[in-house]
Amino acid sequence: MIFFELFWTFFKIGLFSFGGGYAMLALIQNEVVRIHQWVTNSQFADIVAVSQVTPGPIAINAPTYIGYQSTGTITGSFWATFGVTLPSVLVTTILFVFLNRFKDSPYIKNAFKALKPTVIGLILSAALVLMTPDNFSGWQSFVFFAAAFAACYKFNVSPITLVIVSGAAGILVYG
Amino acid sequence: MKTFFELFWVFFKIGTFTIGGGFAMLPVIRAELVDRKKWISEDEFLDILAVVQSSPGPIAVNTAVFLGLRIYGFLGLIAATFGAILPSFVIILMIAALFQGIQNNPYFIAAFKGIKPAVIALILVPVISLAKKANVGGIRFLFPVGIALSVAYAHVSPIFFIIAAMVVGNVWFGRFGK
Repeated sequence: MIFFELFWTFFKIGLFSFGGGYAMLALIQNEVVRIHQWVTNSQFADIVAVSQVTPGPIAINAPTYIGYQSTGTITGSFWATFGVTLPSVLVTTILFVFLNRFKDSPYIKNAFKALKPTVIGLILSAALVLMTPDNFSGWQSFVFFAAAFAACYKFNVSPITLVIVSGAAGILVYG
Repeated sequence: MKTFFELFWVFFKIGTFTIGGGFAMLPVIRAELVDRKKWISEDEFLDILAVVQSSPGPIAVNTAVFLGLRIYGFLGLIAATFGAILPSFVIILMIAALFQGIQNNPYFIAAFKGIKPAVIALILVPVISLAKKANVGGIRFLFPVGIALSVAYAHVSPIFFIIAAMVVGNVWFGRFGK
């Protein structure tokens, strides 16, 4: 039964991938291209490309697309997406309940004190990973970067506005 | 019930404007939940980010689950998670069913060439303000920079640093107090 297999495969992927979308892609490729052969390698490359350039988390986009591609139905998308989401919901809920119970413990408090600079480092690493020649091609992209930085930092422009404006400006400059 | 729909709507926006995965949603979450709605403080926001990084699966879903529970209990979990997933689900299905090959459309490519550098800037801005708030300025900023370089270029797992921080935090602050 393909729907159950989709659910179970993405449940496992969701449960064993840490660090979000990009980390998950290798696991997805192994399962859906190599083991189950639901999509071909070149279809997978297209799916990754689409997932990266459409709104929404890659870790949701890719399963939704593969669920549709492999079955030709929305039901396939539903089970794949539900599968990848369920472990997140369960494990995060357990962490929430645990932390709520022990939030006054000195061990938890000490841990969070050291976690603050660590998380700031992890956010910074996400920006570094995206600083590729692909994303910074030509001087125009540095102007986009600097303008967005100034608008957000100095003038507090909302991120949503900045995404829309930079997309429109991209069409004007490169289109 | 008002909070239920507000949560759904906020995470629907977060899901819609998360482009480029993972932490790209962070500036939107911060703008909406910390600055506008004031449902959580900046300090708590950082703690929550540590937790959602330690949980498996899509970070956007982990964040929705944790914040949903924190703000409005079980119903909040449903509203936030559903809101975060729905835009992806609808947009991808539309592309898969109707607009195959959209990733090769020249206007689409042009828009994203503009958006990508802007998204990087949007991720960097909270790094600065969070570092100031968490008192990690000056020489102490070398800690996050070292972690960022090891994760980005030496491919050390974020989980390693999260576990190490929990241990080091208890040894250091346990011994020297505040």
